[in-house]
Amino acid sequence: MASIFEFANPKRFMNLSGAILPWLAGVCVLSLIAGLYLGFTAPPDYQQGDTVKIMFIHVPAAWVAMMCYGLMAAASLLGLVNRHPLADVAAKTAAPLGATFTALALITGSLWGKPMWGAYWVWDARLTSFLLLLFLYLGYIALWNAIEDETRAARAAAILALVGVVNLPIIEFSVDWWNTLHQGESIIRSGGPLISAVFLWPLGLMALGYTTLFFTLWMIRIRTEIIERRARAFQLGLA
Amino acid sequence: METFFAMGKYAAYVWPAYGASLVGLGLAVAFTLSAYARAKRRLAELEGGK
Repeated sequence: MASIFEFANPKRFMNLSGAILPWLAGVCVLSLIAGLYLGFTAPPDYQQGDTVKIMFIHVPAAWVAMMCYGLMAAASLLGLVNRHPLADVAAKTAAPLGATFTALALITGSLWGKPMWGAYWVWDARLTSFLLLLFLYLGYIALWNAIEDETRAARAAAILALVGVVNLPIIEFSVDWWNTLHQGESIIRSGGPLISAVFLWPLGLMALGYTTLFFTLWMIRIRTEIIERRARAFQLGLA
Repeated sequence: METFFAMGKYAAYVWPAYGASLVGLGLAVAFTLSAYARAKRRLAELEGGK
């Protein structure tokens, strides 16, 4: 059986990602176009009016922000335990993307909160734990930049990423554990989704578009890092 | 068309949210692609100039 480590060989990763990238980017563009079209032609919500259109970019950004952290932590664990250099590269290159999606979830969320709750920001559990997610990403990036030796930087950053994992279930369940203004889970829940199909379709397509955008960019960033390392090794060989 | 841009009184929230997302994701794409192109160019130069 092929193990995940076979794909973690840099050369094999370059071949495999080179073949997948055009498809991934294609799915991304098509689903974003379809999602935006269905989103902007959807009727206003009976309670939230046209602010429901913010949901189509808020929920996917928040979902990718959390998924990215999970992947970054998993890659960090692999890097820490198996000492695989590609795992460190994968974790390092995911962080700036995760920070971007987290910031967008916070911005779009506060622009949704103002007309619906009457405030751009409240210090409730969901919002505060999500702000912490942004700080975890920024701290992770800062740690990488602060330590010059790459192996040591990777190890320190990996430990930070793994410690921060506890924040993921806190974000996920914050709407159940504490009183909050933020609405509860309405899509993946027992008993089926609570939202109507006219909103579920554009939301699903936007989520697919955001997810494939993340993987497209992540793959390109890993490829960039592999090429840079090859160039560095080449230079050392010349010197 | 006008009602579309008005977003049922919520234009001041809906459009900035879409604008910020476009700018944020656009920058992520631009930075990622330019770094990729730069790295490829550099390796090609090194390998070509041996």
